[in-house]
Amino acid sequence: METGSPRDAGPGQAGTQGTAAAVEGEPVWIALPPGLLKMRRLLLVVWLGLIALAAGLVPGLLAGPAWAAFALPPLALMAWGWVMVDRNWRSWRYAERADDLLISRGVLWREETVVPYGRMQLVEVTSGPVERHFGLASVQLHTAAAATDATIPGLDPAEAERLRDRLTELGEARSAGL
Amino acid sequence: MTTPEPADATEATGTSAETGTTEPAGAAAETETTEPAGAAAEAETTEPAGTTAEPMTTAAAAGVTKTTGTTDTRTTETTGPTTEPAGTAEHAGTPAEPAGTAGPAGTAAETGTTTVETGTTTVETGTTTVETGTTAAETGTTAVETRSTEPAGTAARAGEGSEAVVEVVERRLHPVTPLRRAWAPVAVLFGWAVHDPDGAQRHLSRLTTTTLLIGLAVIVPAAALYGFCSWWFTHFAVTESELRIRTGLVFRRTAHIRLERIQAIDVTQPLLARVAGVAKLKLDVIGTDKKDELAFLGADEARALRAELLARAAGFAPGTAHEVGEAPSRQLLRVPPGVLAVSLVLSGATWGSLAAALVVPPLLWLATQSVWTLLAVALPLLGAAGASSVGRFVAEYDWTVAESPDGLRIDHGLLDRAHETVPPGRVQSVRIVEPLLWRRRGWVRVELDVSGSANSLLIPVAPRELAEAVVARVLPGVTVPQHAALSPSPRRARWCVPLWWRGYGLAVTDTVFVARSGLLCRTLSLVPHAKVQSVRMTQGPWERARGVADVSVDTGADQTVRARLRDAAEARDLLAAQAERSRTGRRDARPDRWMA
Repeated sequence: METGSPRDAGPGQAGTQGTAAAVEGEPVWIALPPGLLKMRRLLLVVWLGLIALAAGLVPGLLAGPAWAAFALPPLALMAWGWVMVDRNWRSWRYAERADDLLISRGVLWREETVVPYGRMQLVEVTSGPVERHFGLASVQLHTAAAATDATIPGLDPAEAERLRDRLTELGEARSAGL
Repeated sequence: MTTPEPADATEATGTSAETGTTEPAGAAAETETTEPAGAAAEAETTEPAGTTAEPMTTAAAAGVTKTTGTTDTRTTETTGPTTEPAGTAEHAGTPAEPAGTAGPAGTAAETGTTTVETGTTTVETGTTTVETGTTAAETGTTAVETRSTEPAGTAARAGEGSEAVVEVVERRLHPVTPLRRAWAPVAVLFGWAVHDPDGAQRHLSRLTTTTLLIGLAVIVPAAALYGFCSWWFTHFAVTESELRIRTGLVFRRTAHIRLERIQAIDVTQPLLARVAGVAKLKLDVIGTDKKDELAFLGADEARALRAELLARAAGFAPGTAHEVGEAPSRQLLRVPPGVLAVSLVLSGATWGSLAAALVVPPLLWLATQSVWTLLAVALPLLGAAGASSVGRFVAEYDWTVAESPDGLRIDHGLLDRAHETVPPGRVQSVRIVEPLLWRRRGWVRVELDVSGSANSLLIPVAPRELAEAVVARVLPGVTVPQHAALSPSPRRARWCVPLWWRGYGLAVTDTVFVARSGLLCRTLSLVPHAKVQSVRMTQGPWERARGVADVSVDTGADQTVRARLRDAAEARDLLAAQAERSRTGRRDARPDRWMA
């Protein structure tokens, strides 16, 4: 009733939900759609481009053309960030297992979070104006512990809603509370 | 609350059984067996009204159904083939489920967040008219709009005195309460006078007797009126399922606190309150940031009310809850003042704050030569030094831990006495702290985290064996592993955290997750598997180079316990295994109502 029994995790359930399967212990990881990468890169280019423009133009016009070299660090940062954003985006993945949700992220600082469905208090789907423009939504899980940071950003809104509904459903079935 | 007698609850459900009305569920059939003869006679009187009111009289929601959980009927409940409502399925299989199980199945007894139909019976004794009506009650977290749901017979008996009191009895706070804020204007004036002595002098000399008198004539009655109003308009009442506090003259506030949500109840007596013989009752409730409090009550009244609330929260029916009184307690531990003093002398925090208070101000004086800077820095430092030495001694003086059925009792304080109660099964994690200088004496300090509660100290100082025995009471079935039993971090971890890596250790038993950290001041953190909300594994670049990783478990009291620098493969296994354990750990956990 409140907790899934081990047999739930069997391969028999694998086909029912398409994505939810924990076959032989190895979870089925789902990566994020490319929309998030596009959005983050655009934001990076816009912001750092503005900074580079300001850093180059102001000293360049006031002190002399050589001082326009101040635009270089932001540009270098942009190039580095371009690569980093890609690596970070690749590192994000999640897996719905029979009894818990796995979220793995980070390149240098890796973090893997496991949240049993029974402990979820609230599932939230959020989508800001920029995210909406790119057709993205993020799903956030809340448990009774504030330290639990289980957020999946940059999902397709349909997938986010499917995930929300499924998590809520599973959470109800396995509810355990505090 | 008028004292309803234990048997009366049976009556209420028994009424319809006697009258032969079609019973919506199997509740009456079971309660019938234990029904006393007198109850039946009384039930007869309410019969005509009861029949018309049927089935609403019996279709009482969770709140009323609880009344069947009296000591008399309990036998029936356990034997009866109870029809479980959906909402209580969470506790399915636990024999301790006191209420709801015997409830009318199809009709009303859904205790979840669903809207529940409640049969509200208002009875006037003497005339024996039963008014029935239905209100949609949300049995959610706090807001419940159920009106008094006293069973008919209860009222008939309870009101045997003078006037019929069927409504939930509202009580007022102790009459000295208006005085509690009386010092505030005086303090403001005093503070202003100290802040600006010359100005105060000038203003005072300018004041004539007339203005002074006028001022007094306005301020004193106004303050008195305010105090009186705030007291007059504050009511509280205890019903079967909740504590209601109604307060405010202009901005009304009504708090309905579900009893099963209460985590802990403290009775505190500040010094002046001790002189006046009153006490303050503080409630820790899940999901609220600030403590609701009743200030002030008579000292005895506060203690009785705490006992009653705890008994009800624990699942005793209203009738018995009042009679149960303060549950008997057995002293587990008492900290002698001498030991406490020595322990404070031996702790680093005392000396650290003292040294800071003595060293920093002179240095600052040499550097700045400014009196104001000196004062601004020295006063907080001195305050901190005082708080960590004398303040702690005064607060932790005569620390007594006692065990009682409604939880662990903690009494302490030299000037301000505080009586705290930690209900069992609410503790999220326990920390056993061992400062360096205490180690030779084998002393430890025990701290705990209860969700929604600010109290964190369980034992200020005690020998390790005694402390472990108390911890075993707080976390049933848990034995604290010895230091040797903890597996240390691999040796290569020294490249990540030099020297201190030796302090890290981990042990996982079948009931708790135990992590140790700290080299000089060792801290052993215990989290029962049932209290783990989520599990995380983190690994920084430096750690990955050495093949180690950290595993953190998060608990509901916003505490995170980290097992640092484990072998990477071990951490991965631990992550999976811990998630599984925390998921299944809840099965053996105790129910929310722990005494029934």
